[in-house]
Amino acid sequence: MNAWLLLLPAAVLLVAFTHYPILATIRHSLFISRRNGTEVFVGLDNYRSMAADPIFWKALINNFWFALGTIPTSIALALLMAVWVNRNMRGRGFLRLAYFTPTVLPMIAVANIWLFFYTPDYGLLDQLRGLFDLAGWNWLGSPSTVMPCLIVMVIWKEAGFFMIFYLAALQQLSPDLEEAAAVEGASRWYTFRRITFPLLMPTTLFVAINAVINSFKLVDHLVIMTKGGPNNASTLLLYYIYEVAFTFQDSAYAATLTVVLLVLLSTLALLKFGYLDRRIHYQ
Amino acid sequence: MNGRTHPLEVSAAWFLALLWIAPLAYAFWSALHPPEYATSFSLTAPLTLQNFVRAWNQAPFGRYYINTVVLVVLILIGQLILSTLAAYAFARFKFKGSGIAFALVLLQLMIMPDVLIVENYRMIGKLGLLDTIPAIAIPYLASAFAIFLLRQTFKSVPQELVDAARVEGAGPLQILWKVYVPLARPTYIAFGLVSVSYHWNNFLWPLIVTNSVESRPLTVGLAVFGAPETGVDWSIITAATVMTMAPLLIAFLLFQRLFVQSFMRAGIR
Amino acid sequence: MKFFGRTMVAAAALAVLSLGAGPAAAVDLTMYYPVAVGGPVTKIVDDMVARFEKENPDIKVTAVYAGNYTDTMTKAMTAMKGGQPPQLSVLLSTDVFTLMDENAIVPMDDLVTDKSWFKEFYPAFMANGQIGGKTWSIPFQRSTIVMYWNKDAFKEAGLDPEKAPATWDEMAAMAKKLVKKDASGNTVRWGVEIPTTGYAYWMLQALAIENGQKMMNEPGTEVYLTAPKTVAALDYWVGLSRKDDVMPKGSIDWATLRTDFLEGKTAIMWHTTGNLTAVKNGAKFNFGVAMLPAKERRGSPTGGGNFYIFKSATPEQQKAAVKFIHWMTTPERAAEWSIKTGYAAVSPAAYKTKAMDDYAKGFPAATVARDQLEYAVPELSVHENGRIYKFVGDAVQAAVTGSQSPKDALASAQQQSDRVLRAYK
Repeated sequence: MNAWLLLLPAAVLLVAFTHYPILATIRHSLFISRRNGTEVFVGLDNYRSMAADPIFWKALINNFWFALGTIPTSIALALLMAVWVNRNMRGRGFLRLAYFTPTVLPMIAVANIWLFFYTPDYGLLDQLRGLFDLAGWNWLGSPSTVMPCLIVMVIWKEAGFFMIFYLAALQQLSPDLEEAAAVEGASRWYTFRRITFPLLMPTTLFVAINAVINSFKLVDHLVIMTKGGPNNASTLLLYYIYEVAFTFQDSAYAATLTVVLLVLLSTLALLKFGYLDRRIHYQ
Repeated sequence: MNGRTHPLEVSAAWFLALLWIAPLAYAFWSALHPPEYATSFSLTAPLTLQNFVRAWNQAPFGRYYINTVVLVVLILIGQLILSTLAAYAFARFKFKGSGIAFALVLLQLMIMPDVLIVENYRMIGKLGLLDTIPAIAIPYLASAFAIFLLRQTFKSVPQELVDAARVEGAGPLQILWKVYVPLARPTYIAFGLVSVSYHWNNFLWPLIVTNSVESRPLTVGLAVFGAPETGVDWSIITAATVMTMAPLLIAFLLFQRLFVQSFMRAGIR
Repeated sequence: MKFFGRTMVAAAALAVLSLGAGPAAAVDLTMYYPVAVGGPVTKIVDDMVARFEKENPDIKVTAVYAGNYTDTMTKAMTAMKGGQPPQLSVLLSTDVFTLMDENAIVPMDDLVTDKSWFKEFYPAFMANGQIGGKTWSIPFQRSTIVMYWNKDAFKEAGLDPEKAPATWDEMAAMAKKLVKKDASGNTVRWGVEIPTTGYAYWMLQALAIENGQKMMNEPGTEVYLTAPKTVAALDYWVGLSRKDDVMPKGSIDWATLRTDFLEGKTAIMWHTTGNLTAVKNGAKFNFGVAMLPAKERRGSPTGGGNFYIFKSATPEQQKAAVKFIHWMTTPERAAEWSIKTGYAAVSPAAYKTKAMDDYAKGFPAATVARDQLEYAVPELSVHENGRIYKFVGDAVQAAVTGSQSPKDALASAQQQSDRVLRAYK
């Protein structure tokens, strides 16, 4: 039995839809395609236009804020949820269900629901503000609030997912530690801060890296809610790639933008594997 | 474990939980009441299923359901077969270059097909598969994640069992089928649930490769249907939204424990 | 579900044919079309297609609703690049340069036997599609921007409910009176709303024309965004919210604006006439429809979608497509379409049909868009349309949200447009 034969089917597909596309992306970023179908080598020209493209920079910066806005908060919430759910609390099953449910819902469906919350004047949020005599606000139509609004939604969607990782980690921790600390008379907060949290550090790192990777591919909601607007205030790199490639039909420039995304993801990959290698022994 | 959870903390946990299901609750509320009540809440509002009927009649949701089910089943079967074979190779065979090969597989964990939309579209075009269900599925059939999970599981299979099977005259494939696969059942279930929920919910790639009703999955159908330009009202959109997520939600409610455990198992890697 | 590629289906069909079971050779057509307005538009299209198929059993039309105009253009181009173009599509009349540049479409001239057909349509609707002496598209769901006003709100504000504002100054002044605030000083009704998403370039062009400024040159290689009168147009628009406080701040969504109007959140809205029937069916108050107000002159760009036939279609398919387009645009059908949606009927003959005539008698708003054609100009149409629309749209949004002054925002859009259009000069 040849191992390569077993690998073959998966290998063919992996090469065709991961490795070859990566190389082809890099190649296409060095060419432009003429309208008559021919390709012309232009060296780094596409990269130069990218450096001069304000929308690209805007998308990149947005990606940064999006990650910064969603990840720490959802991780903190996830940890809190996990601690609660791990405890023998009344209605534990319901709590776990409630926290986790958003994770299994399609982003597209979620976006539809949240779009209503943010609708000016008669959306849920503005109706609530109305109860306090506050004026309606154009949540998704104002550059200052569109990103925070999307961030809140994504935190809601993701926290329950991250909770699972913490829950798994907590269940592997020895209960003796906490009990010992309790006997010593340490406060719960002290125990958590000095014992539990440090022990969960590997999980936190793992979740954080995964979350960053996730934040680069999460663009479904933009299609429904903002289309990247107003004035690109909510656009993200992958959404811009989609627009350039399929709406503007500029595949060379889309390839150039994709290279940036690939570089970012590879950097994260190195980080993750550098760290994972120490934790899990592959062989 | 302990009874000293402060009541304040319990209330906080419950408050957060209620906040967390509120959006879903709203979706159900709006879907089950007449349009006049979509934006104004009233306890006396009459219940109705009319929104579902209207949504169902306004777009071919039946077709979208079939497409989505075919899609997730196709992907799952493909993934399970391909990754079982590949994981077996990595777990039990010593061959030259296996380290590099495995690293190349793992690359897909970081650079998922989701970000290679431009080149993958070209590839699908070259294969002449555009606007078909296999076109949505193919880039995901070889799953690095599944290979990784199964390889870990296979590695933990005791050598004695394998030897015993070999003594009985089983060949490598028979050993895989009779020894490895049954023992990896929990991993299969875990991966299966994660895969099904991922692909049930996937959107951008299906949006790009499908053009017609005949191949659109539910998510794309919902996005096209719910486009606010069409002026479909909130009640109908929420009804359609509820329809889109209902199967997954029901499965989740029924097998809650299994889901959570699966995501845990799959998440820890 | 569509499981196999077309090639497979074709192979299967061929196998069936070679077995001698050949049915009457049917021509299959796939058509993408957009929906940008309210109402059961997909149902209306499906119904018309079904009737066409019944009358023409040898032609099968698959009409695919693909989202808004941008989505539909994206789908059509993407499918074409992937080797599966539709045979015909309804796309923005202004996408013509892009479609020509991509070598996607054929001119109608070579496909029709009688070119006098082209003369049946309003010249204003033909304008965008006639380039270099050829006719590249046939008008279908065409529009101009019109002004909808809430008569009940006008009455409540002490204005003459039958008189819409006729000039910019009048509109700003009336809008001020129409703003309604509650006890705590929050606005519960705005004076006027002009949408800033989706088709912001279109609205800006209307304002620019009214201010006496063209937005582009005929060969579609230049845009005039930094012309003082274009800047003044955007200044007026932004001023409505930032200076006069009669329009909400921030961007105003094209898609939900109709709902705002119907819910009484704004007393006046600028929108396509294509929304007329949806407004008529949804309004619980009296409303009127008027031409857009004038600054130097009245005016609106035309808008909406035309039929295009794709180059890659076989001669039989192209012939069938022409037949279908012909059927869809006959005066009776154009009248029916106009009544059911609110879009302007594309030919003068359509307005002379009994159905349309009766309808307009009971509902005079139905002819405002047509009457406005007298002042209409072709919609902004240049090479790389998609990109230019985005630049202009971004500029409008930057200005209405206050992140840039109209002048700076337009200057930046002009600069980006110039860079893109340089290749076409």
